[in-house]
Amino acid sequence: MADVWVFCQEADGAPTSLGLELLTKARELGTVTALYLGAGSDGAFATLGEYGATAVYHFDPGDELASGPVAAALADLVQSHRPRLLLFGQAYDDRDVAGRLAARLGLSVLSNAVDVAIDGAVTTRHEIFGGSQIATATVEDDGPVVVLVRPKSFPAEPVGGGTPTATPVDLPDVGAAAARVTGSHVEEREGPQLEDAAVVVAGGRGLGSPDGFELVERVAKALGAATGATRAIVDAGWVPYAKQVGQTGKTVKPDVYIACGISGAMQHLVGMKDSKTIIAINKDPEAPIFSVADLGIVGDVHKVLPKLAEALEARTGS
Amino acid sequence: MQVVVCAKQIPDPANPYELEPDTHWLVRPAEQILDDTDRYGVEMGLQLAQADEGTVTLVSMGPAGNMQGIRQALAMGADKAVIVDDPALRGSDALTTARVLAKAIEREGFDLVIAGTESTDGYSGVVPQMVAELLGVPALTYATAVTVGDGSVTIHRQTAAGYDIVEAALPAVVSVTAGVVEPRYPTFKGIMEAKKKPVDTLTAADLGIEPSLVQKVVSVEPAPERQAGEIVEDDGDAHLKIVELLEKVKVI
Repeated sequence: MADVWVFCQEADGAPTSLGLELLTKARELGTVTALYLGAGSDGAFATLGEYGATAVYHFDPGDELASGPVAAALADLVQSHRPRLLLFGQAYDDRDVAGRLAARLGLSVLSNAVDVAIDGAVTTRHEIFGGSQIATATVEDDGPVVVLVRPKSFPAEPVGGGTPTATPVDLPDVGAAAARVTGSHVEEREGPQLEDAAVVVAGGRGLGSPDGFELVERVAKALGAATGATRAIVDAGWVPYAKQVGQTGKTVKPDVYIACGISGAMQHLVGMKDSKTIIAINKDPEAPIFSVADLGIVGDVHKVLPKLAEALEARTGS
Repeated sequence: MQVVVCAKQIPDPANPYELEPDTHWLVRPAEQILDDTDRYGVEMGLQLAQADEGTVTLVSMGPAGNMQGIRQALAMGADKAVIVDDPALRGSDALTTARVLAKAIEREGFDLVIAGTESTDGYSGVVPQMVAELLGVPALTYATAVTVGDGSVTIHRQTAAGYDIVEAALPAVVSVTAGVVEPRYPTFKGIMEAKKKPVDTLTAADLGIEPSLVQKVVSVEPAPERQAGEIVEDDGDAHLKIVELLEKVKVI
């Protein structure tokens, strides 16, 4: 059995769903060790065990920026234990630790994988060109390989394992490479979390102006949905980055995704095309979003959305 | 302050990308543009350098082509460019790219290195962190705001919930998100001046790097297509079609 190490970060006192997805996949590939980043607790370690970890290394950087010291400590562990595969998510701290670790040890990194196998060599699959093509890649190296996996590539399924022993890892002083976290700001959010919402209503340039996003918010409210956005309107400063869906933003797979005034750039499609049902409203009948839509409305969002909101509000009496 | 900005020339994403048949590497035409992501890095670098009469050096890896993208960044105001163009580096993975960039950056000298969080054409998303590790400095990543003062750098670092405030002593690597600043458009004067600014072209050997390819793309095939949906023209009642579908899939 191959040794597979899985990076798993804490959010609100528990492992993130991304970490649990990776643990679930790792069980198929070998013996699973979790690399847990956060304050840690008995409950959190029990969850890691439930999803298949048989051992845990625990990293708690406190108010140090994690990447420098965690990558340094992890590099020592990797050198002494030589796991075959290290799985990280395509997420902020995951990318930082994986990048520094790989540079430190000269390891090969495969990013943006949607599937991974150990078949002699480590083999990964990647969606490219907005998901229209699938590339298969391999690494010709018997040593540890680092793979970064896109969120929601695998379901998170518990297996009912017992609580593993968590070994606290001492973090070294990284001197000139150290950085400190001196404050934290949480953006206020209404409605459900974007990544976990059953319904997402998202807006793009076709909304015309920042005020246009209010139409998206109104429909979302009537549906109890989360709101999302394209990179274009996030870059334009209409909505915060936390709402961005796509390659550089969040990956979502809701039951229903309603794309309002979104043309469907590759960048965006890769973050939402696996939604169960896709509804698109756009003026341009040639917009690429229509190629992934189950229902495409060729029309003006400023006309369709107010009527849709009214119809939905009438049903719920809101 | 010596600011180095990592900048990449990429095929214009407005045109469909093509792959070379055997290697599955991206076809790179002579005419490449400055990655839009890097316009933010260049602007941030210019603003920070201008605040204390510093310099901005561009460092880039990839086929130089006709240098349109690099000239674009020079026209914005960068002082000079170093581009590592070597056929032996084609198909390089993130780590080889980072090694090349780190060597070129060391050669130039730096107080602050600025990069985008990921390129638009390769998007491995780990190169700035690798460069920082190779240079032995902190990587302050996903910055939505950057300030420099008194030998240190402070950023707003994007998180899933909002942002953290992170600070470190210089020298450091900072990766910036799009939107960190509003990139300027080159002026006519800037465009004319860019033609005379120094551009060094280097090979891997100039930096003491022996390229090796350990990763390869073995195949590329079309993804299973999603079944085509129903497309209707809005006749004033299209919202009812949406309500009907939402009922059918039981979300209302």
